[in-house]
Amino acid sequence: MNRVVITGMGIVAPNAVGLDAYRRALNEGRSGIGHAAQMKELDFACQVAGIPQVSDDTAREYLGPELLRNSNSCMKYAVIASLECWRDANLPPPQVDSDVDWNTAAIIGTSNGGIDTIGDFVVPETDGGRVRRLGSSAAERVMASCASASVGGLLGLGGQVTTNSSACATGTEAIVNAYWMIREGRIERVLAGASEASSVYIWACLDALRVTMRKSNDRPEAACRPLSATAGGLVPAAGAGILMLENLASAESRKAHIYAEVLGGLTNGGGQRNGGSITASNPEGVRRCVQEALEISRARPSEIDYINGHLTGTTADAKEIRCLSAALGRSLRDMPWVNATKSLIGHGLGAAGSMESVAAVLQLADGFLHASINCEDFHPEIAELAPRVPQASISAQCQLALKTSLGFGDINSCVVYKRWQN
Amino acid sequence: MNRDQVRSTFLELIKPHIRIADTGAISDSSLLVNDLKVNSTRFVDIILEVEDRFNITIPDDDMERFGRVGDAIEFICQKADAA
Repeated sequence: MNRVVITGMGIVAPNAVGLDAYRRALNEGRSGIGHAAQMKELDFACQVAGIPQVSDDTAREYLGPELLRNSNSCMKYAVIASLECWRDANLPPPQVDSDVDWNTAAIIGTSNGGIDTIGDFVVPETDGGRVRRLGSSAAERVMASCASASVGGLLGLGGQVTTNSSACATGTEAIVNAYWMIREGRIERVLAGASEASSVYIWACLDALRVTMRKSNDRPEAACRPLSATAGGLVPAAGAGILMLENLASAESRKAHIYAEVLGGLTNGGGQRNGGSITASNPEGVRRCVQEALEISRARPSEIDYINGHLTGTTADAKEIRCLSAALGRSLRDMPWVNATKSLIGHGLGAAGSMESVAAVLQLADGFLHASINCEDFHPEIAELAPRVPQASISAQCQLALKTSLGFGDINSCVVYKRWQN
Repeated sequence: MNRDQVRSTFLELIKPHIRIADTGAISDSSLLVNDLKVNSTRFVDIILEVEDRFNITIPDDDMERFGRVGDAIEFICQKADAA
């Protein structure tokens, strides 16, 4: 059984592009939620979103001319985050004619893939009788695996290059899958995480479902309100978070910087029974997922000192907290520190778990916890948890962090990170 | 448009697709894929751009005429003259 560590990270988030900027944004409690003009024009009920601000210079630097012409936002975010992660892991810069790297795989998930290509381009051109004008790259841009395929090509990866998809559990599931691949000795390194497009065609479906926040269009930074009595719905967002998971022996042999150890993780389902449905979690499924992830990690519930929750800013937050409390066997008063990265970046859907994992690992490594903003009016049903939720950034030397993600389809995914001490 | 103009327009058009450092070495006998390292998948895009730029239509069966730079230029000249 191999130990698994994190040796690099990359991030494209609504409140920051790049690790250093993300660390600062988290520490400052900076919101990445803004007005979304297109949602307003199209008469969405929710008119705010978390859209990463990627400059043209950054896009050119990372993607190069050919990929810049032939990509979509899902691919763009994934490529930028993956190449930053690769550099951060201190691996050799990719060259067009370099040898195939047989020791590295990529699991880069997404919930909706190249939906912007489909909505903005393929459908109107096809319906307009202009199929011939779609050009060469439509096929690669509409693949569910558009992001992992482009990253695999840029880096010359010879391990398994694939895309997982399990709605809002996708990003964490990718990390859990990568953990098992390395733990079982099937590969040395895996680029793991997820990317989600910035597209009104995704957000329209959530708006139609009445699960988006629609009462804060005049105050975007206050719109995402996890754990608040006035949480009124999720704020849609986009971006990518990528982590380099690596066999400890490999990391040590190349003297790589180690951020944290991945002690274990698990993905399960709740069967859409006993309170679970296509959109809700079966509480027993969540409890089992947390408890089994802890068993795999050989960690006791009392050892967890920080939870980066799924916590979307909906009425499900209180239910999630009660599930976590039951899973750990700890009262609300005795819970670990809890914060909601979504309060700052919105709900990155498939990418949420990986963007939030980057946040969790940065906090563990740097000894702080970011503010969980917009919960000054704490949810009364879980009021006893309030002292455990930092409303301003605090210094905290946490050792074990639990990252949880819950997805439509009644899918749960949990991973346990341990602060690395040399 | 005379042949030199067609040539210059065509070379400008394929420039973003060429993946060799020394673009000064391009001659009429250069093979787009083997010599200029144009990604063969992107041939479709070059055809569409040629159609737009020269206001011609290129049937799918004629894509094979774009193997060498010189052959492509001759083909465009013929099509443009006929248009």
